[in-house]
Amino acid sequence: MLFTVENTIAYCYTGGKTFHPAQPTAVFIHGAQNDHSVWALQTRYFAHHGWNVLAVDLPGHGRSQGEAKTSVEALAHWLLAVLDAAGVEQAMLAGHSMGSLIALEAAFQAPQRVSHLALLGSTYPMKVSPALLETARNDEQAAIDMVNIWSHSSIAQKPSFPGPGFYAMGGARRLKQRISAINPQQVFYTDFYACNAYANGEKAAAAVRCPTLFIFGARDMMTPPKSTKLLTSTIAHGKLVMVDSGHELMAEQPDAVLDALFSFATS
Amino acid sequence: MSGPKYPGFDTLSLHAGAAPDPATGARATPIHFTSSFAFKSSDHAASLFNMERAGHVYSRISNPTNAVLEERIAALEGGVAGIATASGQAAMHLGLSTIAGAGSHIVASRALYGGSHNLLAYTLKRFGIETTFVDPRDADAWSSAIRPNTKVLFAETLGNPGLDVLNIPHIAAIAHEHFLPLMVDATFTTPYLLRPFEHGADLVFHSATKFLCGHGTAIGGLLVDGGTFDWQAAYDRTGRYAELCEPYDGFHGMVFAEESTVAPFALRARREGLRDFGAVMSPHNAFAVLQGIETLGLRMDRHVTNTRKIVQWLLSHPAVESVSYPELPSHPDYALAQTLLPKGAGAVFTFNLRGDRAAGQRFVDSLKIFSHLANVGDAKSLVIHPASTTHFRVPNDQLALAGIRQGTMRLSVGLEDADDLIEDLAHGLKQSQKGA
Repeated sequence: MLFTVENTIAYCYTGGKTFHPAQPTAVFIHGAQNDHSVWALQTRYFAHHGWNVLAVDLPGHGRSQGEAKTSVEALAHWLLAVLDAAGVEQAMLAGHSMGSLIALEAAFQAPQRVSHLALLGSTYPMKVSPALLETARNDEQAAIDMVNIWSHSSIAQKPSFPGPGFYAMGGARRLKQRISAINPQQVFYTDFYACNAYANGEKAAAAVRCPTLFIFGARDMMTPPKSTKLLTSTIAHGKLVMVDSGHELMAEQPDAVLDALFSFATS
Repeated sequence: MSGPKYPGFDTLSLHAGAAPDPATGARATPIHFTSSFAFKSSDHAASLFNMERAGHVYSRISNPTNAVLEERIAALEGGVAGIATASGQAAMHLGLSTIAGAGSHIVASRALYGGSHNLLAYTLKRFGIETTFVDPRDADAWSSAIRPNTKVLFAETLGNPGLDVLNIPHIAAIAHEHFLPLMVDATFTTPYLLRPFEHGADLVFHSATKFLCGHGTAIGGLLVDGGTFDWQAAYDRTGRYAELCEPYDGFHGMVFAEESTVAPFALRARREGLRDFGAVMSPHNAFAVLQGIETLGLRMDRHVTNTRKIVQWLLSHPAVESVSYPELPSHPDYALAQTLLPKGAGAVFTFNLRGDRAAGQRFVDSLKIFSHLANVGDAKSLVIHPASTTHFRVPNDQLALAGIRQGTMRLSVGLEDADDLIEDLAHGLKQSQKGA
């Protein structure tokens, strides 16, 4: 589904179903150097169980045009403009990694627009090491491989993603490479820069009043669960779910993530 | 910044796609010998059918044992997905039929296994898919054969039986310039000797019957999606690949390229071709191929070492007219092989006997260790006479173009002691020259 947002084409995957304004809406926000397809299984389930799905491609990622944005605040503003373009007053926001910061900031900027907040593989502050930032800027392919290796806990996760026979680590690597090929504008560095620079997380977290869900990967090396105490203690009413996964939670534990998300969304 | 590293080839050969069985702790991959899988609820059933959850429904579509093999070959090739098929021929057919249909055109190397040639030249033609065969070394021929309805360029990494080394970077560049994928049969090289995706290929298939299984026991094929080809971009530019980029009536209007940015080909191949043509690998065979892959690196090293010794020995034998192996400076692809195949140019090669067809028959019939049969890639050494077996349906003029003479012998060198193999060949060559 295509919208015009900030005078640029924005793409949202709808889970294989037609968008019906009368249904509740779930918005899925991918992380750095990714696109909507990281949510393939969860979004299809939501879309076939009474929900509108808007799984965005962030600006400059995948099928959405324009340049990648350099701040989480600007991305959150863009996300709210997507809701405007779709005619959605209020939605559940589910974000992964960088996408979780965008969801958090969108809830801060427009709390009335967010019915539920789901933060997956999240942490704050989301600092990126100077060495990784530098690698992303000077050798994007090397940065892709580093992050891909750190993001997976296993070379044998079952039932694999998006289904049996798919090598999840290989698919994640190719997706990041494809984002580079489609947009040579140093998207990875820009995304990392935005994560690293985001400074409003604590204030945004303190303002969250809507139901909130945290899903962490027990073996996540990118955003280790132990690093998330600031967020989880600030959003004290948030529910915590731990799954046996690395940072690529939706691919490594698709059913556990889906079950946690859907139960949260419908509770 | 020095960073983490992916697991090495041998580690992936043993571990990719497989962990101890969570239910039993079994360390080896169990053979899941079942046709179907129980659903937890009606909602679970519906979500599996509709690709809302990952899992198994029916072993024609997926099976846990096969999935381990599929994920392992994808990891070894550096791809995104594998599909295990009933044979190498089934893998080739599944790959081509996923993107080609009536009215489509294929450009293929003319140096192909006879079975592949049959499928392209005769069988697919009957279903409205035309193929133009070209000299794999002639880049201009590849380019000029491309038509608006061409869907794929197709070749073997090492041509059969002349061992033409495919210039993958060059042919892939031609394909991509025309928004076409390059599909290669990598049976002779295996991912241990050559990883085609690293050089520009987009789709790979294997006859897993050969070196991957490695013991001459199971028939099987593997189709691997590299995730490298941007089908959506090709569709946007040329209108090709509507199969992947427009709603598919056979699966609830699914647009595969939206579902998966990098693996729409593998999604459709499984959800259409495997489902409807049904040429799936048995889990028994998947287990046999998995066992073979566990030692692939070790075996390929030994296959290549033995081959090099035998090639050198044959070169100086008076009953041998010529030896064709890409590691020899006399081979037309010597330089290319040095670049693409630094670990070895495989364990299958040809040589030409002095004498007529009868000399060849005396040679084959007198061998004791080499088995005369129609296969390659066994742990045991094999020999065959292509002109009367694998290529017997190929017209003489095309045989010559493929570098095959009446006296050409193809050897598949196994893992026996090299000295014993050489002694066996010496005996055969001596017998071949009797009465000459």
